[in-house]
Amino acid sequence: MTMKVGSRQVDGVTIVDCSGRITLGEGSVILRDTVRDLLSKGNKKIVLNLADVNYIDSSGIGELVSAFTTTKNQGGELKLLNLTKKVNDLLQITKLYTVFDVKDDEASAVKSFK
Amino acid sequence: MAMTEQRVSYTLDSSLETIDNAEEKATRFATELGFGDDEVMQISMAVREGAVNAVLHGNAYAPDKKVTLAFERTGSELVITIRDQGKGMDLSKIPNPLAPENLLKTSGRGIFLMRSFMDVVEIRPSSTGTELKLIKHVHGTTAGGKEASQ
Repeated sequence: MTMKVGSRQVDGVTIVDCSGRITLGEGSVILRDTVRDLLSKGNKKIVLNLADVNYIDSSGIGELVSAFTTTKNQGGELKLLNLTKKVNDLLQITKLYTVFDVKDDEASAVKSFK
Repeated sequence: MAMTEQRVSYTLDSSLETIDNAEEKATRFATELGFGDDEVMQISMAVREGAVNAVLHGNAYAPDKKVTLAFERTGSELVITIRDQGKGMDLSKIPNPLAPENLLKTSGRGIFLMRSFMDVVEIRPSSTGTELKLIKHVHGTTAGGKEASQ
């Protein structure tokens, strides 16, 4: 299953609902293009909802890091929401869980932006 | 599955499709050997990362270079070998992805993930390519092919 994304606005925060696989190739490119497009339009409060992302490889992890740093470098914030166990485990073993702001419910994710 | 030996190998193009293909083959082979769901995921992900290295960093997508992928069940081990025809990687240049200064790097986690998921990871670079060997121990099997409880 390739990756699909859809975005929506909640109280000034952009929620990006992702589903499928974030892997080398199409999945990583879709995520990269989506975040860059949001930033170019001035949407700098971004939540990636990964509830339906069932697989991420090292390229996908790299893409998450890239999205995080690109957003931060443009004065924005990018947070992760609803990690599956597999994705959670991957972020734990790569120590990225300490880097990302990870939320497990949408309301608190939206509220957490300054 | 009984403790019989079996081996299967494939010669694949240096393409993105090969990476998905290698992952699917690993999932199928590991499942048939009776590994549990978590171990199947670990094995297939390690193979995917190995295939990424072979296709991208080894063969650099060159159409005249091939990736060889082999699965072998030898007694109590699943041995997976991935060979490319590149220039051979420099192991001394692989950074530790867990070092604080590397945490925000966007690449360099593939070998780390392989080592996290497999029992043994051997990398043999040479001027004619790199051979990667991934080994997962079979923790016990029954005649029915399902992993025995520990």
